[in-house]
Amino acid sequence: MTENTMAKPQKFFLPNPYAEPADLRLDGLACSRGLRLLFEGLSQTLKGGEALALYGANGSGKTSLLRQIAGLLPVDAGTISLGDASSHTPPHTPSRRVHFIGHADGLKNALSVGETLVFDAALWGAPKAAGNTHDLLSLLGLENRAWQAVGDLSAGQRRRLALAKLCLAPRPIWLLDEPMTALDEDGQQLIDTLAGEHLAAGGMIVASSHVPLGFATQTLTLGAST
Amino acid sequence: MSVFWAICRQHVVLAWRGGHATLAVAFLFIGVTLMPFGLGPELALLQALAPGLLWVVLIMALLTSLDRVFQADYEDGSLDQMLLMPLPLEFVVLAKLLGHYIALVLPLLLTVPLAGLLLNLAPAHLPMLLLAMLAGSPALVLLGGIGASLAVSVRRGGLLTVLLSLPFYVPVMIFGAGATKQALAGEIDEARLAILGLISLASLLAAPVAIAAALRNAVR
Repeated sequence: MTENTMAKPQKFFLPNPYAEPADLRLDGLACSRGLRLLFEGLSQTLKGGEALALYGANGSGKTSLLRQIAGLLPVDAGTISLGDASSHTPPHTPSRRVHFIGHADGLKNALSVGETLVFDAALWGAPKAAGNTHDLLSLLGLENRAWQAVGDLSAGQRRRLALAKLCLAPRPIWLLDEPMTALDEDGQQLIDTLAGEHLAAGGMIVASSHVPLGFATQTLTLGAST
Repeated sequence: MSVFWAICRQHVVLAWRGGHATLAVAFLFIGVTLMPFGLGPELALLQALAPGLLWVVLIMALLTSLDRVFQADYEDGSLDQMLLMPLPLEFVVLAKLLGHYIALVLPLLLTVPLAGLLLNLAPAHLPMLLLAMLAGSPALVLLGGIGASLAVSVRRGGLLTVLLSLPFYVPVMIFGAGATKQALAGEIDEARLAILGLISLASLLAAPVAIAAALRNAVR
């Protein structure tokens, strides 16, 4: 099933230049949680190499929009499409085009940092890269932590480890929910670096944040009207 | 395919580290050990009741861990990631349930012969007992997974999982205990074994779809 993507030679850290540069189009999106309408009529187009920063107060729908793009949350109105194929029209098609990094990091406390990387590589169909685990750890600022249990990591270190899959399995769209949270200056620098490389390779990023994001080429402020 | 096995392997590793298997095996063993104290030491009676008792205790032991199959993933955000993995969610679910079967049910099935001897089953009865349990236990995990996925977003949903799963278990219980009882009479009950296998195969087709639908609904 994953043979085609695995056969392509891929650089380990850099996202590969994506074969078909496609636009991410949000067209007339609406989202409501319970009885509350969070946003409606939201339209935005993102080309390869562009990054959209989402700003807005707590509860303005930043996370919901990211989850809608990931296909985790059905859209109440409007469409999300990538290129020509409207890949998200069935509300829950598992999307192989996006990476979503949210507040719940999906890390398993019982595994060690090294094991997490090995499993991440396998789960996301990454090219065989066992020898590069060390390089990836030092890139993430987690050198010498390979044997530490994930449960013993600090919030910032968990955040760094959660970024590993971005490097392991190249996907054109990154959805980052407040990526700078809990990260120190080095960590924020790391996000900027990874994002810069991803965009340079023709990828797209949609990121929510409460601090200005240096890599953003477009901004959208949610909840401005309410 | 490698993604499938990676999910399965990860589930096995996590189940072992979480100590679920040890707990379930201890539960089964203690449950069976308690029976003679309640029922009296009459050997013929114990043997007559053994098939039903073993099946009930097996199901109970399985249910001690089943509610956590998907709930842990729901709580730590892995469920979101499972929807984005390069494998349809139905197969992700199947991989996790297979991992659960390997990590939990196989150790339980290894304990069952010993527990059977405690209930005065003869060694000659054990192969048939295990055969019936091998045929029926996949259905127990698959159908229990439906209950677990429906209760996934409920805090402390363990008891709810049990309540949701038990009705599905009735057919497996009837035919499983029935086949085991026939084994005591020295007969191989091919019809009941075939029905157990049929229930397992039918659940193999239906359960992943149902579970995936419930999980998609839960992450909204």
